[in-house]
Amino acid sequence: MYEHLETAKNKEKLKRVVIDPVSRVEGHGKVTLLLDENNHVQQARLHIVEFRGFEKFIQGRPYWELPVLVQRLCGICPVSHHLAAAKAIDQLVGVDPNNLPTSATKLRKLLHFGQVLQSHALHFFHLSSPDLLFGFESDIQKRSIVAVLNDFPDIGLQGVKLRKYGQEVIRMVSGKRIHGTGAIAGGMNKALSKAERDYLLTDIDQIIAWAVSAVGLVKTVHRSNLPYYDHFGTIPSNYLSMVQPDGALELYHGDLRVKNANGETLFDHMDYCRYNDYIREEVRSWSYMKFPYLTALGKENGWYRVGPLARVNNCDYINTPIAERERVEFKAHSGEAMVHSTLAFHWARLIELLHCAESIQALLHDSDVLRHDEPAQGERRFEGIGVIEATRGTLFHHYQVDENDIVTKANLIVSTTSNNMGMNESVRQVAAEYLSGQTLTETLLNNLEVAIRAYDPCLSCATHAVGKMPLQLELINATGDIIDTLVKNHTGEIARP
Amino acid sequence: MMTKPILVFGYGNASRGDDALGVLALEYIQTHFTLDAVELLTDFQLHIEHALDLEQREMVLFIDASVKSDCAFAFTQLTPQRDLSHTTHAMSPSAVLDIYQRLQNKAPPPCFLLAIGAECFGLGESLSDNAKRNFANATKLIDQLFNTLTLECWQMQCSQSF
Repeated sequence: MYEHLETAKNKEKLKRVVIDPVSRVEGHGKVTLLLDENNHVQQARLHIVEFRGFEKFIQGRPYWELPVLVQRLCGICPVSHHLAAAKAIDQLVGVDPNNLPTSATKLRKLLHFGQVLQSHALHFFHLSSPDLLFGFESDIQKRSIVAVLNDFPDIGLQGVKLRKYGQEVIRMVSGKRIHGTGAIAGGMNKALSKAERDYLLTDIDQIIAWAVSAVGLVKTVHRSNLPYYDHFGTIPSNYLSMVQPDGALELYHGDLRVKNANGETLFDHMDYCRYNDYIREEVRSWSYMKFPYLTALGKENGWYRVGPLARVNNCDYINTPIAERERVEFKAHSGEAMVHSTLAFHWARLIELLHCAESIQALLHDSDVLRHDEPAQGERRFEGIGVIEATRGTLFHHYQVDENDIVTKANLIVSTTSNNMGMNESVRQVAAEYLSGQTLTETLLNNLEVAIRAYDPCLSCATHAVGKMPLQLELINATGDIIDTLVKNHTGEIARP
Repeated sequence: MMTKPILVFGYGNASRGDDALGVLALEYIQTHFTLDAVELLTDFQLHIEHALDLEQREMVLFIDASVKSDCAFAFTQLTPQRDLSHTTHAMSPSAVLDIYQRLQNKAPPPCFLLAIGAECFGLGESLSDNAKRNFANATKLIDQLFNTLTLECWQMQCSQSF
């Protein structure tokens, strides 16, 4: 473990390097390294500008607006927020998941599978495949989807079309590409029409075939240098995820399970409505983002990772056949009870992408998705909690409302927050083992970004205006003087000012 | 469904202050013009698959908030450009054109960018005063563009200074 690199002693004698922002992650992240005179890393931290003010953004609004309103929290995973909010407001109208109309549950799952499929496709093909196909220290011009399209045109095109297909699923289920009203309190706004179902069925066999190829690709890459891939940024940790009652992988609704680094189940079938009994969040002075931990294990040992690696590690099986075969192979490759390789996030992510494609196919052949049932209703409540396995991990939405239906309190734990400690530990591992003692270069620094990107962190502020997103890298000597600066402009070009 | 020959892609987050400018411009166009030949499209930001939305178009207009310019707005014709903006999720329109070119092995349709001056992007904020003024000015250009939906007219507007 690398906690000793969280806070250095004698900071005044150290050089400071900042990567700001980390590129190819959602939103804004910053890495700082403190180096001694021999370039040995003494401190490494990932700082994140969190979604600030989203609770206030939500408070004061009527609860029925939430499924649409929260989509604006994040331009990258609006559907995840939409569904978590919908599950929470189901409870406000007295409807628990088991009382939701069957058709609504299946339509929501279809929507969710579309979201996870398109998001996983974006992450792998757009953001990570350049590193994986060309190497972490390849020329920066190579590390982009454009280079992938040039050198591996079939793979690049498949990535674009997989993402497009996921978005078409979202559009058909919710009626719009973005800002759709798909889920409402107690149900769904619409069903799929037969024409919409048939339209989506047209390409699903091809989508599954591409998903199978994608898993094959990531396996090949991972195994091409197994010791390296299994070691890079790797940290043993606890894992938290949702599972079905029988232990199957679950993305939409289930109970929470926690396993430790040895694969022992610490908690199982936890009711997510009691998450406050199990999880606390620590504030550290140097980061805007909190550090969640399992209360029973304490701050030091209770941190955990979420997302594809956690889900595929934690579940007992996957209920779609091809993805299950891939899960078995994935779990067997390390010979250990749990796969801790941070780069194995990519492998797990694509197994999930394949699971989503298979699940979409199954749901499209289920006549329930063509049926529209009236929303369920129950006894009014004043508190609602919705939890789903979002693309990047477990997502919590918790609301309290008053007698006028106005939200008085909101608490959201987003997936990236849960991975905060894991990302920091991975950064420290890479800094200590791959950078320490070397002269820093852009390609070496990319190793840090590779470790962070594996988590697919969503730091999104969903703003993107032309001219935003500059990057500045400063090298500061022991006396605090800036001795070198690199600036990355809005087009991604890097220059010395 | 037939693909409409002209695509207008206004993008941004309507709940993040001036980032709403692209979305507001779409609303303006929708309420002021007949759109038989025009498809309006919105999203939070540009992604690689938006290159597929350029297929079978005769002209494309991107509308976005911009912090780059001191002008109220800028109207330019785009060329495909292999910049590195696709290393973030803030793809530039020119990079989308470049992706189109690589996917389709042909030049993209004529594409234009209307970039409206912006400065504040806080969650839950409304438009800044400057953005309101810039938007009002930009609507005059929008009126001209949509009253004469021809390539020649749009290219002529590119030479104007605002």
